[in-house]
Amino acid sequence: MAINKKLLPLVNPLSKDNPVIVQVLGICSALAVTAKLEPALVMTISVTAVLALSNVLISLLRKTIPTSIRIIVQLVVVAALVVIVDQVLKAWNYEVSKALSVFIGLIITNCIIMGRLEAFSMSNRPWPSFLDGIGNGLGYGIILVIVAFFRELLGSGTLMGYQVIPESWYAAGYSNNGMMILPPMALITVACIIWVHRSRNKDLQE
Amino acid sequence: MALNKNSIPYTIIYCAVLVIAVAVGLSIVYQSLRPAQEKNIADDKKRQILSSIRISPEKGENVADVYDRYITESFLVNFNGKRTDSATDPFAVDVAAQVKLDDNKRLLPVFEAKTKDGAKYIIPVYGAGLWGPIWGYVAFDDNGDTIYGAYFSHQGETPGLGAEIEKPQFQDQFQGKNVFCDGNFTSIAVEKAGQKPAQGDYVNAISGGTITSKGVQTMLENSLRPYQAFLFSLQEQKNPVKSN
Repeated sequence: MAINKKLLPLVNPLSKDNPVIVQVLGICSALAVTAKLEPALVMTISVTAVLALSNVLISLLRKTIPTSIRIIVQLVVVAALVVIVDQVLKAWNYEVSKALSVFIGLIITNCIIMGRLEAFSMSNRPWPSFLDGIGNGLGYGIILVIVAFFRELLGSGTLMGYQVIPESWYAAGYSNNGMMILPPMALITVACIIWVHRSRNKDLQE
Repeated sequence: MALNKNSIPYTIIYCAVLVIAVAVGLSIVYQSLRPAQEKNIADDKKRQILSSIRISPEKGENVADVYDRYITESFLVNFNGKRTDSATDPFAVDVAAQVKLDDNKRLLPVFEAKTKDGAKYIIPVYGAGLWGPIWGYVAFDDNGDTIYGAYFSHQGETPGLGAEIEKPQFQDQFQGKNVFCDGNFTSIAVEKAGQKPAQGDYVNAISGGTITSKGVQTMLENSLRPYQAFLFSLQEQKNPVKSN
């Protein structure tokens, strides 16, 4: 099945060109927000929104931006968008905004955003840039959700805050693996995903 | 385009225009969202206060209405346990700034609530966790000794570890604990499972969240200490014989 060429920016980042497991970007936040599934989901939505909007804005501005200060211009645009997302969350969904606290502000430093602005939207038209933003946001989100799924399941025995490991297991001697909650296990989980992904995509192996 | 977009004047003007545009844009967003945000913050504080007396407003219920229904009075007391006539709104007192002052210089807000289990007195607490501030509300029975309920929250404690202080599993442990032991103020200790303090009541700490747990203990000690006289006066009102 041939995928419409125009949709490549949307589809590629989901697997073959995934920002986390192939380009190894955005690892820092992948460690920080994946102890539980819910913050991972909200983080995915926020990053996708910021990424898509900043991609479009930079793409619209790309012909006017002076080369010598292009990174600064990109940062200003991203920072402004992140502040807006933060303020809107505070006004409309205070609970979620509280749950994510500093992580929203840290979207500014997410390497995926700067990376996509610099690599894609500086040299592409707004529509493909928008698709690229959505694609990369979702590609980032898939990994976040997979990691958070395993960390929350094995580390806390819950999913989305609901108990899924039956009490009888605990009675029989099963206990939650506290190590899964610690950041290093996120790194190891990501490594396992990369392992599986690489063995299925031989052409990515170095 | 005739304009040289790498020239210095162009770059400077570009910067200026961009920064002004962003500044204006953000100001508009901030100004237009501010009323909604302030209402959210006040509602959230009310929700937290209600949480300490085991009341949680249903979805769709107006938090402010529920608050007004349960919280009958709020006032400031001084170090000697007497009510002050200060014009300051107890709800607006910045507890974070107060806990840094000497005990006898603090403004001490108390929120009085009427619940199905009788009158409760809610005291705000504030302290430091591992990564940032932690705070909460502790509701006392009218004997001025026994904790009816406690609510804690935090800014950025580690999810799954220190952040567990905001879970009912941790907070419910405080119900029924006494902060006085043989007439002395002992606060509530937060101890590793299996250990206990020399004197006074204690709850179990969170494994893996030791610094946050100790932060809760320090916060309670520091924030409740200036209220001793007030709590004593409640005890005397209730009955001259000391419980526990």
